[in-house]
Amino acid sequence: MADIQPPIGTGPLAKREARLAWGLLFPTITAVALVVVLPLLAIFWISVKPVELADLRAPEVVVREDIRGDFDTAEDEATIRYRLRNSSQDQPIAGVTLADVVPEGLTVLSLDDRCAIEGRALNCDFGDWEPGLRETLTIPVLVEQAYLDNGLRPQDSPAITTGTASNILTNSTFTLNNFARIFNGDEFVEVLWVTLFYTVFGTIGALLVGLFAALLLNKSFKGQGVLRGLYLFPYVAPVIAVAFAWLILFDPFSGSANALLLQMGVTSEAINFFGERPLALIMVTAFEIWRYFPLSFLFILARMQSIDTDMYEAADMDGASPFQQFWYLSVPQLLGILSVLFLLRFIWTFNKFDDIFLLTGGNAGTRTLTVNVYEQAFAISNIGAGAAVAVVIFGCLLTFSIFFLKYISQEEGL
Amino acid sequence: MIRRGLLTGAVLGALWMLVLSITVAVAMSFATGDPFRPGAWLSLLWGSIAGGAMVVLGRGRSIQVGIFVAVAALVLAGIGPMLTGAATGGSARAFGAVLLAVGFAVSLAAILNEVRPGELTRHEFEGAVIRFLTGFGYIFFTAIVLIPFYVMVMTSLKNQSELIQNPLDFSIDLSKGIELFRSYDELFSQFNFGTYLFNSFFISVLTVFITLAFAIPGAYAVARLRFSGRAAFSRSILLIYMVPMIVLALPIYIAFSMTGLRNSFWGIVMIYPVTTIPVALYMLQGYFRGLPAEIEEAGLMDGLSRLAVIWKITLPLSLPALASVSLYVFMIAWNEFLLAFMLLDDPSKFTLTRGIASLNSSEIPRQHLMAGSVIATVPIMALFLGLERFMTKGLTAGSVKG
Repeated sequence: MADIQPPIGTGPLAKREARLAWGLLFPTITAVALVVVLPLLAIFWISVKPVELADLRAPEVVVREDIRGDFDTAEDEATIRYRLRNSSQDQPIAGVTLADVVPEGLTVLSLDDRCAIEGRALNCDFGDWEPGLRETLTIPVLVEQAYLDNGLRPQDSPAITTGTASNILTNSTFTLNNFARIFNGDEFVEVLWVTLFYTVFGTIGALLVGLFAALLLNKSFKGQGVLRGLYLFPYVAPVIAVAFAWLILFDPFSGSANALLLQMGVTSEAINFFGERPLALIMVTAFEIWRYFPLSFLFILARMQSIDTDMYEAADMDGASPFQQFWYLSVPQLLGILSVLFLLRFIWTFNKFDDIFLLTGGNAGTRTLTVNVYEQAFAISNIGAGAAVAVVIFGCLLTFSIFFLKYISQEEGL
Repeated sequence: MIRRGLLTGAVLGALWMLVLSITVAVAMSFATGDPFRPGAWLSLLWGSIAGGAMVVLGRGRSIQVGIFVAVAALVLAGIGPMLTGAATGGSARAFGAVLLAVGFAVSLAAILNEVRPGELTRHEFEGAVIRFLTGFGYIFFTAIVLIPFYVMVMTSLKNQSELIQNPLDFSIDLSKGIELFRSYDELFSQFNFGTYLFNSFFISVLTVFITLAFAIPGAYAVARLRFSGRAAFSRSILLIYMVPMIVLALPIYIAFSMTGLRNSFWGIVMIYPVTTIPVALYMLQGYFRGLPAEIEEAGLMDGLSRLAVIWKITLPLSLPALASVSLYVFMIAWNEFLLAFMLLDDPSKFTLTRGIASLNSSEIPRQHLMAGSVIATVPIMALFLGLERFMTKGLTAGSVKG
C-alpha cells in the first residue's frame, strides 16, 4: 500500500479563500492607507520642513484688469491696464505669463516689448518674479464704434496667468529647527510632566472610581438598570456639551460651585478653578476621571457578573469576611481586566485632545503633548513644529504599543 | 476596639449625618437658591448621638420616630446638622428639615442593622461599614453625574442677569410659560441650529452606512477566512485604533486645504468613516467569531457562494451586533468635535458640535451655549436610553475607545 501523506502546500481551495479574503479586505485597507498611513508619513516629512501656516497657500500671480480714459465716441484713445503682483512676500515665482483676449473694436496702438499680439489674442511673458513684486502693464488702444456698440469690456474676458512657484512642502529644503525648537528649554519638560500627570492620574482615577461604581451595582435590586444607564451619561454625552457645562459650573464669577463653596464657608473668595496653576491641571484630570469612569465601570461590571458565585459561598462558609472576600477573591479575578483597561485607557488618555482643549485651551499649566501639536501648528502658526510634536507623540505610542501587544494579545486572544 | 458596637454605631452615625446634611444642603441650595449649609461639627455631634442611641436602644419604629423628631426640631431651631441663613424661606426650611430627618432616621436604621452593644464579629462590623459605603456611593455617583447636566438644562432656561444675581438659584418661573424656551427659539431662528441639527444627523447616518459597508466584509474576512497575514492584520487594526486623531488631523488639514475639500460636506463624510472603521471592524470580527461556523458550512454545502452566505446567513444572525455597532458609530460621529472644528469654517455647513463651539464667545449669552449643548445632548441620550441594551453591549465590545 502506498504511503498516505497529508497534502503539502496550499491547495486551490485555500488559495481561493485567501483571494476572497484579500478581496473583502481591499476597500478597508485602501481607505485606511489613504487616511491613516499616508498622513503618518506626511507628518514625518513635514516635521523636517520649515512650513508655516501661511505657506499652505501657494504663491500666485494676482491680476486686476480695467480700462481707463474718456472714450465716448469712436476714434477716442483709451488705455487697458493690467495690475499684477506676486501674492507671496517671500517666495519667487518663475516663468510668469499672461494671456488675454482684447475685446472686439479695440485696436492696440503700441505694445510693451514683453508682449505679443496675434489677432486679438494678447500674450505676455514676464520672466521670473521676485517676492512681493508689483507690475503695471498699460496698453494704449484706439476705440472703435464696434466696441461702443457691443458693450463688451476688457475685464469680461478674465486674464489667464501662469507661473511656477516652488512649494515649500515639496521642495528639498530640510531643517531640524522644528525639533530644536520644541525640545528647547523648560517648556518641553513642563509639557512632558503635565502629560504624565494627566495620563497616570486620569487613568488610575477612572479605574478606581469605575471599580467602586461597579461594586455598587454588582447586585440586583429595583432600579439597578436605571442607575447603570445614568452612570453612563458622562461618557455618552458630547464632550463639547459636558465640557462647557463644567466651565459654567466652575466659573470664577458666576459659577454655582463657587457660590456653593462660599455659602458653606469652605473658601472666603471665589476660586478660579480652570485658571490657576496647579488647580487647573487637577481639574482637567478630574474631568477626565468623571468622563471616563463609566467605561471602566461597564467593563469591570461585565467581568464581575461572570465570576462564579459558588466561590463566594464557599468563602462565606469558611468564615471569610466581606473585605477578605473582596481582596482575596474578587481582586485576583479582576486583575486581568484591570490591567487591560489600564493599558488601553493609558494610551487613550495620552491621546486625549478635545477635553483639555475645550476646558483650558492648554493654558494655566495644562498643555499636554497633544494640545501642544495644536498650539504649535495653529496658535503659533508653525506647522512644522506641530508636526515635530506629533512625531514625538507617535514615538511614545510605538513604545506603548509594544507593551500593549505583549499583554493584550494574550488577554484578548488575538 | 473599633469593633465595639457602641463605637461603630456612633462613628458611622456621625459620618452618615455629615454625608446626608451635605447632600440635603447642596440639593436644597440647587433647587431653591436659598442659603442652606451643613454644619460639620454639629452634624458629627448629633449623628454620633443618634448612632449610639440606635445601638443601645434598638432600631424599633419608636426610636426612628424619636430620631426623626429630634433632627427636624434641631434643624428648625437652628442648631441642627444643617444650618439655614436668614434669607431662607420658611417652607423651604421646613421641607429641608423633614427631608434630612426622614432620610437620616430610615437609612441609619438600615446601616446599623445587626450592630448591637458589645464586641462585634468581623462580619457584622464590615457589613455595617459596607452598607455605609454603599449608601455614600449611590449619593456620590448620582450627584456627580446629575449636577453638571442639571446645571446645563437649568442654565439654558434662565437669562444672564438672573444667573449673575444668584448663581445658585436654578428655580424656574413656570408662569413664564413658553418664554422659558427663548434661548432655544433664538438658536433655531437666528443661529441656524436647525441646519446644524440636520447636518449632524445626515453626516452621522452616512458615516454609519459607509462604516458598515467597509467593516462587514473586512471583519468577516478576519474572523472566518484563512489567509496568511491574518494575525498581523488584526493586530494592525488595533494599532491603528491607537493613533491619536490630532496627529492625523494636521496632515488631513493640510491636504484638505490644498485640494479644496476643507469646508465641504463631502470632506467630512469622507474622513469620519475612516476614524470609525477600525472600531467597527474590531467589534464585528469578535461577534462573527462567536457565531457557529457549522451553519455557514451547511449553507456552503447547499451551494451558496461565500458572499451569499454572508448576506443570507451571517448578517441576519448578527443583527444585534450590527445594531450595537451602528449605535456606537453614530455616537462617535455625532459627538466628534476635533475634525469638525478644524475642517469647517462655513456656518452653513457646521455640525452641531462645531455650531456649539461657535457660540463660545463673550458676546453670546451663556444660556445660548447651554441650550446648544442640550440640543446636542438630548438626541444622543434619547437614542441611548431607548436602546440601552445594545449600547451597553456595543460599548463593552468596542473596547475602550474614547
